Amino acid sequence: MIIQAIFIVMTLCTLGGAVGVVSSRNLFHSALYLILSFFGVAGYYVLLSAGFLAVIQLMVYIGAIAILILFAIMFSRESAMNSAKESQANRQRWLGLPVAMGLFISLIAVIIPVNWPIQQTAPTTDMVRDLGVAFLTSYLIPFEVVSVLLSVALIGAVMLAREENPPVKETK
Amino acid sequence: MLPIPLSWWLAVSAALFSIGLYGALSRKNAIAILMSVELILNAVNINLVAFWRYIAPQAIDGQMFAIMVITLAAAEAAVGLAIVIVIYRQYASAVVEEFDLLKN
Repeated sequence: MIIQAIFIVMTLCTLGGAVGVVSSRNLFHSALYLILSFFGVAGYYVLLSAGFLAVIQLMVYIGAIAILILFAIMFSRESAMNSAKESQANRQRWLGLPVAMGLFISLIAVIIPVNWPIQQTAPTTDMVRDLGVAFLTSYLIPFEVVSVLLSVALIGAVMLAREENPPVKETK
Repeated sequence: MLPIPLSWWLAVSAALFSIGLYGALSRKNAIAILMSVELILNAVNINLVAFWRYIAPQAIDGQMFAIMVITLAAAEAAVGLAIVIVIYRQYASAVVEEFDLLKN
């Protein structure tokens, strides 16, 4: 009973935060709603007994990505904050809404009738150790590829954002 | 043992994905579009972890995939925001409709 209550609270956090992200006029508020949504997803991972992923979610998503997004919003503050009065939605808004609703309805229609082969066994207790072993044995190549990708992303982001020349074109 | 049916998780994940899709389609600001993409990736992760817990709890592949998705999301956010900042420097705007250098 209490598990269901926690699930509903987490759902309110996640989906409410998500609606705030896509509907808030102030971009800064959007980013704060995004943090709320990430918190809800971290709670989901705890409910699914994936504690390690919950910690990763808090550290990477809230600690790194959300802060990075807040930084970017502050860098482009004139465009993001001074335009908080006008709508943040483009012309495709009334096309995007039925597309998203239709996708949701069709996904639900697919999900509900399926009889999933659920296993009632408990997950392994020593998940972090198993993950570490798997990273160095069966998942060694994806692990190395991801580490190369992270290096490339780091160098690429620094190279892109570095100011080499003064701005050549100012479009109002 | 498993007090919440699997379809609840899938329904929540589908709802989060649809909200993120709507945001990615309808927002003007490039940073807002990136935030919507993060919502979509979170929906995918909920799906992966829920299937791991309910269908293959002894295996680790579900969590492994979720970790990979989180890593790729971090890389995508870093590069995407760097691109947004570069474009903002050029155009003094982050509204994607104004970036029409390659149009026509």
